Amino acid sequence: MKLTLGWLKTHLATTASLEEIVRTLVMLGLEVESVEDRAKDLAPFTVARVISAEPHPQADRLKVCRVQTTQGEVQVVCGAPNARTGMLGVFAPVGSVIPRTKLLLKETQIRGVASRGMLCSEYEMGLSEDHEGIIDLPQGEIGQPFAAVLGLDDPVLDVKVTPNRADCLGVRGIARDLAAAGLGTLRPLDTSPVPGKFPAPTAVHLAGPDDKACLLYVSRLIRGLKNGPSPRWMQDRLKAIGLRPISALVDITNFLTFDANRPLHAFDFGKLKGDLAVRGARPGEMILALNGKSYELDSEVTVIADNDGVQGLGGVIGSETSGCTETTTSVLLEAALFDPVRTASTGRRLGIQSDARYRFERGLDPEMAVPGVELATRLILEICGGEPSEVAIAGAVPTWQRHYFLRSERAHTLGGVEVPADEQQRILETLGFGVSTREGGFSVAPPSWRPDIVGEADLVEEVLRVHGYDNIPVVPMTRDTPLPRQALSLGQRRAAIVRRALAARGLVEAVTFSFLPKAQAELFGGGAKELTLVNPISADLDVMRPSLLPNLATAAQKNLDRGLGDLALFELGPQYKDDTPEGQSSVAAGVRMGATGPRYWRDGGRPVDAFIAKADALSALAAAGAPVENLQISKDVPAWYHPGRSGTLRLGANALAHFGELHPGVQQALGAKQAIAAFEVHLDAVPVPRARPTKARSLLQLSPYQPVQRDFAFVVDKDLAAETLLKAARNADKTLVTGVRLFDVYEGKGLPEGKKSLAIEVTLQPQDATLTDAALEGLSKKLVEQVEKATGGMLRS
Amino acid sequence: MTEQELDPLRKEILGQVSKAESRDQLEQVRVSALGRKGQVTQLMKTLGTLEAEARRAAGAALNRLKDEVEAAITAAADKLMHKDIERRLAGERVDVTLPVEIGGEGRVHPISQTTDELTAIFGEMGFKIAEGPHIEDDFYNFTALNIPPEHPARQEMDTFYLTEKRDGSRKVLRTHTSPVQIRTMLAEKPPIRIIVPGRTFRSDHDATHSPMFHQVEGLVIDRSTHMGHLKGCLIEFCRAFFEMDDLPVRFRPSYFPFTEPSAEVDIGCSREGGGLKIGPGADWLEILGSGMVHPKVLENCNIDPAIYQGFAFGMGIERIAMLKYGIPDLRAFYESDLRWLRHYGFQSLEVPSMVAGLQR
Repeated sequence: MKLTLGWLKTHLATTASLEEIVRTLVMLGLEVESVEDRAKDLAPFTVARVISAEPHPQADRLKVCRVQTTQGEVQVVCGAPNARTGMLGVFAPVGSVIPRTKLLLKETQIRGVASRGMLCSEYEMGLSEDHEGIIDLPQGEIGQPFAAVLGLDDPVLDVKVTPNRADCLGVRGIARDLAAAGLGTLRPLDTSPVPGKFPAPTAVHLAGPDDKACLLYVSRLIRGLKNGPSPRWMQDRLKAIGLRPISALVDITNFLTFDANRPLHAFDFGKLKGDLAVRGARPGEMILALNGKSYELDSEVTVIADNDGVQGLGGVIGSETSGCTETTTSVLLEAALFDPVRTASTGRRLGIQSDARYRFERGLDPEMAVPGVELATRLILEICGGEPSEVAIAGAVPTWQRHYFLRSERAHTLGGVEVPADEQQRILETLGFGVSTREGGFSVAPPSWRPDIVGEADLVEEVLRVHGYDNIPVVPMTRDTPLPRQALSLGQRRAAIVRRALAARGLVEAVTFSFLPKAQAELFGGGAKELTLVNPISADLDVMRPSLLPNLATAAQKNLDRGLGDLALFELGPQYKDDTPEGQSSVAAGVRMGATGPRYWRDGGRPVDAFIAKADALSALAAAGAPVENLQISKDVPAWYHPGRSGTLRLGANALAHFGELHPGVQQALGAKQAIAAFEVHLDAVPVPRARPTKARSLLQLSPYQPVQRDFAFVVDKDLAAETLLKAARNADKTLVTGVRLFDVYEGKGLPEGKKSLAIEVTLQPQDATLTDAALEGLSKKLVEQVEKATGGMLRS
Repeated sequence: MTEQELDPLRKEILGQVSKAESRDQLEQVRVSALGRKGQVTQLMKTLGTLEAEARRAAGAALNRLKDEVEAAITAAADKLMHKDIERRLAGERVDVTLPVEIGGEGRVHPISQTTDELTAIFGEMGFKIAEGPHIEDDFYNFTALNIPPEHPARQEMDTFYLTEKRDGSRKVLRTHTSPVQIRTMLAEKPPIRIIVPGRTFRSDHDATHSPMFHQVEGLVIDRSTHMGHLKGCLIEFCRAFFEMDDLPVRFRPSYFPFTEPSAEVDIGCSREGGGLKIGPGADWLEILGSGMVHPKVLENCNIDPAIYQGFAFGMGIERIAMLKYGIPDLRAFYESDLRWLRHYGFQSLEVPSMVAGLQR
């Protein structure tokens, strides 16, 4: 909502400065987004008289002008065709900065003639694109800033009006708030009836008293008028807020929309046929709207129609066919109350945004329709002359009166600040509320223009915002307990630790969108209809992700394209199985591409493979508190993994994580040009630890005897899972064997076809006595037997 | 045997000790002097043949000689050992300027780090962390928050809708974290004190908008919390988060359907010289919205507004991260450009805490 300071002062008698007004508006909840003070920028440019304009001795198209300025006579070389002796122009002195070009004006020689200043065009002043000639002022005193002459000296405020403050979509509403804040007094507004000279000729038919589409339709004919340009003051204000003056009749309706927040429509009465009906549009009906576009209508749209058809869309826009023109001599004024919801949906569905719609959909003052017509009548009679009919009223002003109880202590108990009861009353009354004192508070009746007030809390806000939020004393937020309690749930805490554990392993955290292209979702078992967006931002962000991997793989490839090939990215976030809250789960997933690390003069990075992904998954699981030593590894994996180079980490039926190379087909479909090692850890699947009565760890039992290490190598079938061998070795003696580490895997020369050698280091920890050679020998024998039995292999000799 | 009589022998042995050039030679000297058949040992054996008094004197002299020789040998051995080490060290060298790998390439995303900072600060004020689903029912995202279907605010939110179901219902992607207020109030009894960080979605995509972004919501419900507490809480937060004790914080009236009274919160800043600097200055920067929870919202959650009240607030996590860490572009948060992540990301062990500090 834009307005000028001068315009505001037609409603508010005040001595406050612009700065004071801006600050007060902001603290009233009417945020001032910008203040454009054109006079300030244009101050160096003043009215000057061209004493003489003589041809330049060296150039046909230039003139040498003697210019009378406030600093005396100045010689200026000028190229404008309209520069002439005696004219009043805009003079830019040496040292000024031209607003449009931002160039500093210097004294100069033009074709051998000195030029000490400039006569400016509208283009140079930033006023328009016109640079054909210099500004030709109609009047003005030498030395006066030209902005004042052209009516540009009125600062323009742009106020951001929140959706609840429909009443502030008019200058008067803003003035009223300022008056309540003590910044002046609201000037009276004369809305007294202008007597009608003859009966209103047009009957208006509303759908019925129960039809909310239009509850009230006020109209009046003014005939015998002469349309023409509106007066200068009105044009200046409209231009200042960005509206183009059209003709007096159109300008008056626009002016009142912004001045009194009362949208009006003016039909050219000569173009209307018969009575008007306010009704739903009939299927197939069309309108050629004032914006020059045609629209096909349906019954959801409220129209104003005469015998010829649709002449306007209620509360949205008028019709070109019955619009006012320069030749209009009689107008039918309309001030109606259209339903906010219908108006909004009409505008939205037809894609029409208008100042009227903006106001109707936020809720207008129902008591302002008749006064609006009177205000318009006065302006029309004053500017265009003519003779008014009586005012015709179809329907009735709907009931808006109501009252709420405001406990006087609520300013303190809800608002946090003591406001004396009489000050509360003063604030509300200045805002137009009816206030009567009751036991413990007030009975408060909101004015007709405040539909947003629906309860006590709203009244507290009114008191508070005028009293000033700055005046609310700051109260520290104290806790119920001396120390803070744990803020994170188990799941949140685990996620936080997993995140930092993965980062500590060298993976870089990414945050990617929750949606992705449908084709990618389908590769990962997603793409269900219920997870498809109806209005995606683009076609490739249309489905909720079933996995974090596609976005990560895409990100990996993008980095590869940037030349950052050896990478490790992870994300900790949601994936979506269905559209229920339970269908959303928390996953830590990661991808690696290229090598596990950079080239190095010692042991450099290795190509990424399933094992680095397994390590990532296990470390994430360990960080999450999963019992990693008890996990089983199975080969059943989702279809997006390489079937031979991947695995699932599980506790029985509970799959906690998947790891491995991405399926080459999936990798290619995702556009990734290199193999990707990936993992997904399902954080929600990690079991919750059993509640224990104490945080104490089990007692540490330290053996005084030295542990013994023994190496064994077994020749087994190539397909044997190493885990089978390790498990058998561990189980050979559950107390003595405290560690089994696989340190070598060998296939090839020296071994039979289809066999491999697995070498392990077994740690034996005696508990009660040093191991005798015989005991050691016995145990080794038992271990070899058990491993051979479990694996079908043989000790390698 | 007197000291004088032993003198030549002493000189001879000590001379041999000082001449020894290796541990082997030194050992030979030791054996020839103090070994079983060594010179000093031989003399010791003759003591038995002497008179008692002469034996005492001779014994003492011999013992002194023996001690002296032993000490000389130990000292000489030490010297030889040091010489050995020095000889070895002369050949043992590495190029310590060779670069090493120290790891630490991993990073935590600024959104996660900022969320952890929020947790650290609000956790100290007694807030717990709550979460909720991203795919929401209309009821939680709008209706319960006092945003009826025809409300203008609903149109302005640029909601993402999921495909309509057979029964005509359709889910939305939550446009704010506020539905978690509703879910929490329906599930728990006051007093309530939560913050809700998380993903939010709006169908808007340009230089300053992303279709997905993060918000943090705050909710306090009890019997007596009022606007003064709201100010106290949020001023404390702003100053703690931006790590600036004199940061100006301003509250001005605003409008949100789910709060009444409502307040927009600005922090002080300066735009002198073209850049933006947070802190005392001539300008203000809007960073969050807040207000007292609307009585209708409480009613919608079966909480009696005649007994309970409190405040709520919400802000954009990316926005405050951008302001604090001088990150210029919103869209880059989601582009996963390693160069960006490494530059703006955080070390894994840099865990924010009010006690240990929010950052290094």
